[in-house]
Amino acid sequence: MILLWLLVAPSTLADEIRNPFSGDPKAAKAGEFEFRINCAFCHGLGARGGGRGPDLTRAHKHHGDSDADLFQNISQGIPGTVMPANGTNGQGVGMTDDEIWQIITYLRSIQVQAPAKSVGNAAHGKELFYGDANCSSCHMVEGNGGRLGPDLSAVGTARTVESLVESVRIPSKRLAWGLTESTKEFAQEYQTVTVVTPDGHEIKGVTLNEDQFSLQMMDTAEHIHLFEKDKLLSIQKSRDSLMPVYNSTILSDQDLDDIVAYLLSVGAK
Amino acid sequence: MNKLRGVCLLAFIFVSCAVGACGQVTFERLLNSSQEPQNWLTYSGDYAGNRFSALDGVNTANVHSLTAKWVYQTAATGKFETTPLVVDGILYATAQDDRAFALDARTGRPIWLYQHQLPSDIRPCCGRVNRGLAILGDKVFLGTLDAHVIALDAKTGNVIWDVAAADYKEGYSFTLAPLAVKNLVILGVSGGEYGIRGFIDAYDADTGQRKWRFYTVPGPGEPGHETWEGDSWKIGGAPAWNTGVYDSKTNQLFWPTGNPSPSNRGEGRAGDNLYSNSLLALDADTGKLNWYFQFTKHDEHDWDATQVPIMIDSGDKHLIAQANRNGFFYLLDRTTGKLLSTNAYARTTWTDSKDSEGRPAPNQQSSPTPEGRTVCPGALGATNWMAPSFDARTNLFYVTAREQCDIFSTAPQPYEVGHAYYGSAYFPSDKAEPYWGALRAIDPASGQVKWEFRHISPTWSGVLSTAGGLLFTGDAEGNFIALDAASGKPLWHFQMGGAVYASPMAFALDGKEYVAIAAGSSLYAFGLP
Repeated sequence: MILLWLLVAPSTLADEIRNPFSGDPKAAKAGEFEFRINCAFCHGLGARGGGRGPDLTRAHKHHGDSDADLFQNISQGIPGTVMPANGTNGQGVGMTDDEIWQIITYLRSIQVQAPAKSVGNAAHGKELFYGDANCSSCHMVEGNGGRLGPDLSAVGTARTVESLVESVRIPSKRLAWGLTESTKEFAQEYQTVTVVTPDGHEIKGVTLNEDQFSLQMMDTAEHIHLFEKDKLLSIQKSRDSLMPVYNSTILSDQDLDDIVAYLLSVGAK
Repeated sequence: MNKLRGVCLLAFIFVSCAVGACGQVTFERLLNSSQEPQNWLTYSGDYAGNRFSALDGVNTANVHSLTAKWVYQTAATGKFETTPLVVDGILYATAQDDRAFALDARTGRPIWLYQHQLPSDIRPCCGRVNRGLAILGDKVFLGTLDAHVIALDAKTGNVIWDVAAADYKEGYSFTLAPLAVKNLVILGVSGGEYGIRGFIDAYDADTGQRKWRFYTVPGPGEPGHETWEGDSWKIGGAPAWNTGVYDSKTNQLFWPTGNPSPSNRGEGRAGDNLYSNSLLALDADTGKLNWYFQFTKHDEHDWDATQVPIMIDSGDKHLIAQANRNGFFYLLDRTTGKLLSTNAYARTTWTDSKDSEGRPAPNQQSSPTPEGRTVCPGALGATNWMAPSFDARTNLFYVTAREQCDIFSTAPQPYEVGHAYYGSAYFPSDKAEPYWGALRAIDPASGQVKWEFRHISPTWSGVLSTAGGLLFTGDAEGNFIALDAASGKPLWHFQMGGAVYASPMAFALDGKEYVAIAAGSSLYAFGLP
């Protein structure tokens, strides 16, 4: 009997969590107002995603598609990501449970059933990623690749296709515009930095983190360096990414589509 | 014999006060707080709003050896915004979720803890925060997120009285540290994001009975009512969510107010929208308005004027200064409310001209649009509730500035009771450089920024100045920093491991100075070894 209960309990509990406003257009409209206030800062107007937050019009959501998953993620945040718990980050207001359900109703009303569009060939994209396009020299996907740039395993769900394309064509345009340190997306992360040590040695790399008095960086050979700023001869920071610009001569539109298709396919897992 | 007994009694009182709590914090003590710099008796340290400590035990010569003396952890999450009070060796403070506590200020060991039981459906606009307590007599006073005003016994934390000021379900709440004046406890309400009708209240400290209320949005028949379109006054906002200051010579409160509702949409509330974004001069006994000065008329950018103002006396001039969220520093005559001068202390793009009273006037390019428009300062302002400080010795007004531009968009939004009411969204401008911040030192007479200490990101920390020639402030990366108050040169720092959303204060025990600040979920006290 207990075993039976254990077998049925999880789905029973999940079934109990249902959106009380499901399909209600008035609630969806109220949810749209709440969304603008609380969510649009990262997820964009219309929930189509931005440089920070994923496109929420996609039916498949990386951290769960059910009403219960959405409620949990909005209410409690998603640990290990920049998604904060309701009302904790100073962005927007604290929402009541009903208001969270209204947002979910809104998201359902604009949800697009088709997966994120990609016309590319994911298999070829993977070959390029680890081969001629040289992405893996700096980026890791599922544990394979370099460390100088961000891990791209989840980027296919965390970013829109447009922002992925922009990041390849114009890497410096939105270099690491993090929220706050408490969300683990450091404002200075991936900023290019060049320091000169007391013995005159020049080191170039990316910022891992930084405060007023100290700098944590990775050089282009993936060595981590930890500095007290007042002991350095110089520090030069740049918003020009170390990532080379991949224009259409270096990487054709078709090849870029293939790489994006690969990242989307990995992200969809 | 009687005389001898009297001497003994006096000696006993002296010894008791020297080693423990003296008890009664009278209005006279609050008035004369400068005579007991070992204590910190009000939110800003004195009635003038200076956030200046006359202690000089920690100074420019020895601050390099400052060290953490104790840490108290609240085990609460969210922004920790308190400024503690210290009275005769006992520290009183608040933390997230409306808890209040008393500590042994020497060791950080708790004496009592009070946890207000909050309903699950409160409407905190910007975190479950609280900025501190007021103390008077043998009670401390707390304003809560469900809009209650509570008197706690200072020795036990027991509830003496608890009154509801308004219905939290309509969006009313308290986040500020109350101000005790005479026998009154004075608070301004929060809720500008919910279409409330703002007010400032005074309660009898003994009984909790409300003695007066000043509505910051005038009702029908009252002066200023004509500055609201139709019925928009009923949901006009104008909260008063930060602690004001008090001038005992004229028995006036100077209390700042916040944004009109909805915060980013002016359509539907045509007019100046008095008394939003204003400084109010109120009679402390009656709440009667003597004068007002509105910093931002018909605001559409959420630029609350709730920053702590500071009373400055210069010769026979009685002045009041504020570094406003809209990016301008204002100097007023506090007898008349007349604007004397105003200068930008941060980047501003919303004004190119001044009106007939000398007030910066908005330009055509600043109003939010449906598509969005980039304006500086951004939605969080050139400064915010983090406390400024004034040091009469350097004659400098210190303020934490935020350099941030945002895209302001607007959209029609129907009002619904208890629901967020912004009429807007805002986004970071992708054309602007990354956000940054600075502690700036302003000469109040000229309004000119004399120097700045640049933060690598905008901070929410306020500033303390001390007679040791020091400034203390914190940053978003968790550093507590001491600067030379004359030059802004950094002299010492300590990594506290959590972002600062609070303003520092100082106290002394056994003749030794301590400096305290909240960071992360912890309250830190620093002293010399």
